[in-house]
Amino acid sequence: MAENVVPRVRVPRDASAGDSVSVRTLISHPMESGLRRDGDGNPIPRQIINRFTCAFNGEMVVDVEIHPGVSTNPYFQFDAVVNETGSFEFTWYDDDGSVYTETADITVA
Amino acid sequence: MTRKSLLGGVSAAVFAFAAAGVGLADIRTGDSLVINGEIPIVTETEPAAHLEGALSTVYSGWVFRTDETRAMQADDFDNPGMLYVEQGIDAFNTVMGSEGNSCASCHENPESLANVRPSYPQWDAEHGMVQTVEMQVIECQTERMGMEEPYGYDSQQMRNMVALIASVARGQTVDVAIDGPAADAWELGREIYYTAYGQMELSCAHCHEQNYGNLIRADHLSQGQVNGFPTYRLKNANIVSVHNRFRGCIRDTRGEPYGIGSPEFVALELYVASRGNGLTVEGPAVRN
Repeated sequence: MAENVVPRVRVPRDASAGDSVSVRTLISHPMESGLRRDGDGNPIPRQIINRFTCAFNGEMVVDVEIHPGVSTNPYFQFDAVVNETGSFEFTWYDDDGSVYTETADITVA
Repeated sequence: MTRKSLLGGVSAAVFAFAAAGVGLADIRTGDSLVINGEIPIVTETEPAAHLEGALSTVYSGWVFRTDETRAMQADDFDNPGMLYVEQGIDAFNTVMGSEGNSCASCHENPESLANVRPSYPQWDAEHGMVQTVEMQVIECQTERMGMEEPYGYDSQQMRNMVALIASVARGQTVDVAIDGPAADAWELGREIYYTAYGQMELSCAHCHEQNYGNLIRADHLSQGQVNGFPTYRLKNANIVSVHNRFRGCIRDTRGEPYGIGSPEFVALELYVASRGNGLTVEGPAVRN
């Protein structure tokens, strides 16, 4: 597992039904592309977050496939329409098999 | 004929000199920066007394950046530099060295160090020299925490720690002392600032005093203020120390830079910091 991998999300605490809310996510990760070489000329193995998903109450909101062109600390921002109180579940998948998760609750009035 | 061409050369040179000068045409001044909606930042202010005649207004580097880059600094979630501040917090609470102390053992919490960044570099009577924040961290680690190998001056760990110390001081007015025992170092720093270096024969002042706002290749020159350091640089995807930036500038003049942490760079940091007296601490700022 890469060091210092910390997922973070920012979601409004409450909203009105049918509102489009802005969801911001960030995960600290080196995103080593696999294309670089170290000082001795040996390839540095690729280690990136290769997939990011967000679900709301079990329903998929976004499912992102990520490739080595994405830089360090990938940041995703998107809008989601919420109709009911519930929680967003965020998941990041690492090349090394690690899975990082985070949740954020939102109250819909 | 010779005389005429000589005169022609002189008048051309005079014209070129007159055409140089600050160029704020492309720069939108007058905007204000508030971080997280609660920390007001002074991005434009009156110059300190010692700058009389050199600058009419002191501008933070934030003013010279694009709207997108400016916006990144306005919210900690969007500011990638805050990731390093978080690592600094972890280190702050971690026991290091043989004495069983963490930073928190003496300093309780990072906020208790909020008065540090605005007044550094400053004179340290005990050691008889001007010290930067980095030197102060090394002093704590070697003299009070029993670390045989303190953080390297420009190491990632050091930058994280200095970024933490800057972050808790954001919004506080930069006010470094330039008189008293610090005066000698300040004079040395000023001399370095106005000395042309390298094959390009460029001084700090050529770019950052006489041409701020103008383009250098595709980028706008700033006044070279250091109130936003350690700064998250988009090109590095990491935070960068003041001395690292100094080194980069002198390298770009095709000169031989002073060493990171050298007395010359400490003096230059003191002088440049004093040019920003009146601005507020922004570190970690976001820049190109």
